Amino acid sequence: MVIGIKHSLMTPNIENDPGSKPLENGVTRREFVTRLGATAALMAGSVIAARELWQPHHFVPGFEKQTGLQLPSFALEKNKMLPSMAIAHGAEHEPTMRAAIGALGGMGRFIQRGDVVMIKPNVAFDRPPALAATTHPDALRAVAKMVLEAGASRVIVADNPINSPTGCFLKSGLTAVASEMNLDLMYPELSRFSPLELNGEILKNWTFFHEPFKKANKVIGLSPCKDHNLCHASMTMKNWYGLLGGRRNQFHQHIHSIVSDFPLMMKPTLVILDGMNVLMSNGPTGGRLSDVKKMNTIVAGTDMVAVDSYGYTHLMERNLDELTYIHKAADRKLGDSNWKDSSYKEVQV
Amino acid sequence: MINPRQLLTLRNTRRVAQVFFFGLFLFFVFVTDLRYLKGYPASLFLEMDPLVAFATAITRHTIYMGLIWSLLLVLPTLLFGRIFCNWICPYGILHHFTGWLMGKGRAEERERIESNRYKKLYGLKYVILIAMIAAAVGGTLQIGWLDPICLFHRTMTTAILPAINLFFPSSVYVQQYFHVGAWAIGFLLFILVGMNVVIPRFFCRVLCPLGAFLGTLSTAALWRIDRDVTKCVDCDLCLKNCEGASDPQAQLRKSECFVCFNCIEDCPEDALSFKFLPKLQNEITKPAVPARRAVLGTLIGLAFYAFGRASGASGRNYDKKVIRPPGSLEEKDFLAACIKCDQCIRACPTNVLQPAGMESGIEGIWTPILNMKIGFCEVNCTICSQVCPTGAIQRITIEEKTGTGSFAQEGPIKLGTAFFDHGRCLPWSMETPCVVCEEVCPVSPKAIYSHEVTITKRDGNTMTLRRPFVDPALCIGCGICEHECPVTDEAAIRVTAIGETRSRERRLLMDGGVTSAVRDLEKRER
Repeated sequence: MVIGIKHSLMTPNIENDPGSKPLENGVTRREFVTRLGATAALMAGSVIAARELWQPHHFVPGFEKQTGLQLPSFALEKNKMLPSMAIAHGAEHEPTMRAAIGALGGMGRFIQRGDVVMIKPNVAFDRPPALAATTHPDALRAVAKMVLEAGASRVIVADNPINSPTGCFLKSGLTAVASEMNLDLMYPELSRFSPLELNGEILKNWTFFHEPFKKANKVIGLSPCKDHNLCHASMTMKNWYGLLGGRRNQFHQHIHSIVSDFPLMMKPTLVILDGMNVLMSNGPTGGRLSDVKKMNTIVAGTDMVAVDSYGYTHLMERNLDELTYIHKAADRKLGDSNWKDSSYKEVQV
Repeated sequence: MINPRQLLTLRNTRRVAQVFFFGLFLFFVFVTDLRYLKGYPASLFLEMDPLVAFATAITRHTIYMGLIWSLLLVLPTLLFGRIFCNWICPYGILHHFTGWLMGKGRAEERERIESNRYKKLYGLKYVILIAMIAAAVGGTLQIGWLDPICLFHRTMTTAILPAINLFFPSSVYVQQYFHVGAWAIGFLLFILVGMNVVIPRFFCRVLCPLGAFLGTLSTAALWRIDRDVTKCVDCDLCLKNCEGASDPQAQLRKSECFVCFNCIEDCPEDALSFKFLPKLQNEITKPAVPARRAVLGTLIGLAFYAFGRASGASGRNYDKKVIRPPGSLEEKDFLAACIKCDQCIRACPTNVLQPAGMESGIEGIWTPILNMKIGFCEVNCTICSQVCPTGAIQRITIEEKTGTGSFAQEGPIKLGTAFFDHGRCLPWSMETPCVVCEEVCPVSPKAIYSHEVTITKRDGNTMTLRRPFVDPALCIGCGICEHECPVTDEAAIRVTAIGETRSRERRLLMDGGVTSAVRDLEKRER
C-alpha cells in the first residue's frame, strides 16, 4: 500500500547500544543514519524509476509496426506411390469415410503413434446436423475413430464460429461426439489467439486461433460442402476462415483474395470434404431441409484446391470458371484446380 | 516608517511565491491558444504534478515526455514535505485566498483556532487516493476528477473563460466558445470554494488526492516543524493560521502540514522551528488511515474499474460519438492515460473538442470528444496533441496526421467516417442543389464527390443537380462536412467513430483495401 514509510529504527533508546547515543538534536546516531538513508534512497529511487520509465518520444497510435507468428507446415512429404486424392461413394458416414482414407493408403499414412491431431470442423452456425450447415457429428466421429486407431495420443477439436461458440458446438452435435470420444474441445477464448503474419494477397497480419497449434503436430480439415452467398461455395479451403478472429466481417470486402490466401496460411496434413449431404442453396446458413441434397460422397486429399475443384463441379454441380478463389490459388501454385490432373482414386462402398 | 527588514518574513516570502505561481498558472491558461502558445510550456503545472506521473506510470508503464518534470516536486517534498500545497499549487492558493476572504480568516481568534484543529474527516483524502490508485491498477485513470491541477485547468477551460468571454465579448475568444456540460463543472467550483465557509481549506484538507500523495511522501521529509516543549505554554496560537490543520500545538501531523510557516510566525514563545531531522517522538508521522478504510478504498477503486469496463462503453458497445482527437491512443489505452485536464479542449482552435458526458462510459466523463455541430478538426493542426501532458493524445506531427512526407506509406490518421443521411440531404431528397460538403472536404482527392443527375421534380419539370457520395478510403473524419451542412440541427452528413485508425478493431475497410479513387491516386503518383 502506498501509505506510510516505516521508520523501524526510530524507536526509543537502548542505553548500552553504541548506535543509540543521542546526538545534539536528541536523535540517536542510528536513527539519524536510518532516516537520512531512507530519504536518500527514496529520492534516488524516484529519479531512477522516472528515468527508467521515461518515454521521451511520441508514437502514432494505430500505426505501430505489426509482427506475428508464422505457422509451420503440417503437410507430409509428397508420396508418389499413393494417390493424393480419394473419392468414395457410400450410404453411411463411417464406411464411406474409411473407404476414402483407405484409398489414400489408410490413416497410418498420415497419423503416427503419439501424434497430437487437430481436427478443424466447420461449426460456423448454430444449426442442427440435418441442415448441413456444419460438420456432421458422424463425420467427426468417424475421423476421430480412425485417428485414434492410428495411435494419436490426443485429438483437439477447435473452431471460431460466427454464432455463439457454445451453442454452435452443442447444437451441431459436436459437443456430444467430443465428450463421447474424449476429444479435447477448444472454445475460441480471446487468450487463445495470437497475431499471425502472412504474405498473402490481402491477408498480412491477423489475429489467429493459435492455441490448438501450440500442441498439435498434425492438422485435418473436416468441412461440409456448402453453398455460399458471396463466394459461391464453402468447402475445405474456406473452412480455415474459422481459425481467424477479430473483424472477420471485413473479409467480405475481398473474399476471393482472402480464401485464396488460406492455402498459403495453412498447410494441413489432410483435408476431408464431407459430401454426404450437400447444402445446395441459401448458404452458408441454410435453414430448410429442401436446401440439402444427398450426394453420398466423401472426398479426401492432401491438396485442398483439387478437393474443392471436385466438390464444386461434382457435388455442388456448378461451373468451376465462376469460382474465382480457386483460380487465384492455382495461379499462385498453391494447389491444382484441375483435380483430374492429380493422382486420384475413386471407390464405391 | 516600516523597516524593510521586517517585511522580509517567511510569511511574506510565501505570499510572493503564491502570487507568482498563481499568476504563472493563469498565464499558462491564457496562452493555451493558437494565437499565443508559441513555445510556452502551457501544461507545465500538469507535467510537474507527481500524482499524474505516478498514476500514468501505473496505467501505462511509462512516464510520458514532460511528466519527467514531476521530479521537481517529488524531490523537494521528500526533503521538506508538502511545500507544494501552500507555496505553488494554484488551486490551493485559490482556496487559501477565498477561505481568508469569506470567513474563517476574519473570525474571532478562538473560533479560528478551533477551525484549524485536525479532524478525523481529513483522513478521507487518503481513502480517495487509495481508490484512485486501485482503479489505476485495474487500468482506468480517474485521478482527474479531483487532482487539483486537472480540476482547476478543466474549470478554467470549460466554465470560467467562456463565462468571462460572455460578459466581456472577444476578451478571451474571437467567437464565443461552448462546452457541453460546462454548468456542472462551473457549479462544482462554487461548491468546493463555498465549502471554505464551513471548513477552511475544505478541498485541500478533505478531498485532495494530490495532497494525500504528497502527504504520504512527506512522511520521509528531513526538515519538519519541531515544537520545543520546554518553551511551549500551550496557548494554541499556532493554530490560528494553520493551513493544513496539522496540530503543531500538540503532536505534529507531518503528512497534513502544508509548510506554510504561519505557526512559526504566530508563536509568541519562539517554541516552533523548522528543523533538520528533529525527534519524531512528538509527532504522528504516518497519515491516519484505518486499515479497514484503506481496504474499502481499494475495493471501491477496483469496483469502479470493473463496473465501468463491464458496462461495455470501451468495448463492443462503444458509442459512435466517441470521436477522439487526432493522435489519441486506442480507447482502452486512452482511458488509461487521459486525466480530464481538458488542456486539449482549451487549445482547440475550432471549439470542436468537448468534455464528454456519458458517451464513453462512466470512465470517460470529461475526456475530450469531437462535436462537429460546434466545430471541426482542422487538417493542418495538431495543437491538442502538443499540450496533452500524458500522451493520451500523442505529440504527432502534421506529416503524421495527414499521411504526407515520410508518413505517406502509412496514410492519414482518420478520426472516423462520414455518412450521408439521404432523407435530410437537399439534393438527395428535396430537389435542391447543395454539395457544400464536397466544397469544404479538405483532402485531395476529395473524399466527397458528386454525380450529376437529372431528376423529374414534383411539378413534372426536370432539373439537373449534383448528388454527393463519400469515399470511405479517403475520408479522414474531420467533420467539416457535418459542420458546414446547411441542415444545422442534425446534419445530412455526419461523422461517426467507425473507421478511426487509432484502433485496428474499429477500422471500416480491411487493410490493403482500396477504392477506385485510391487506385487513381496511386496511378497518378507513379
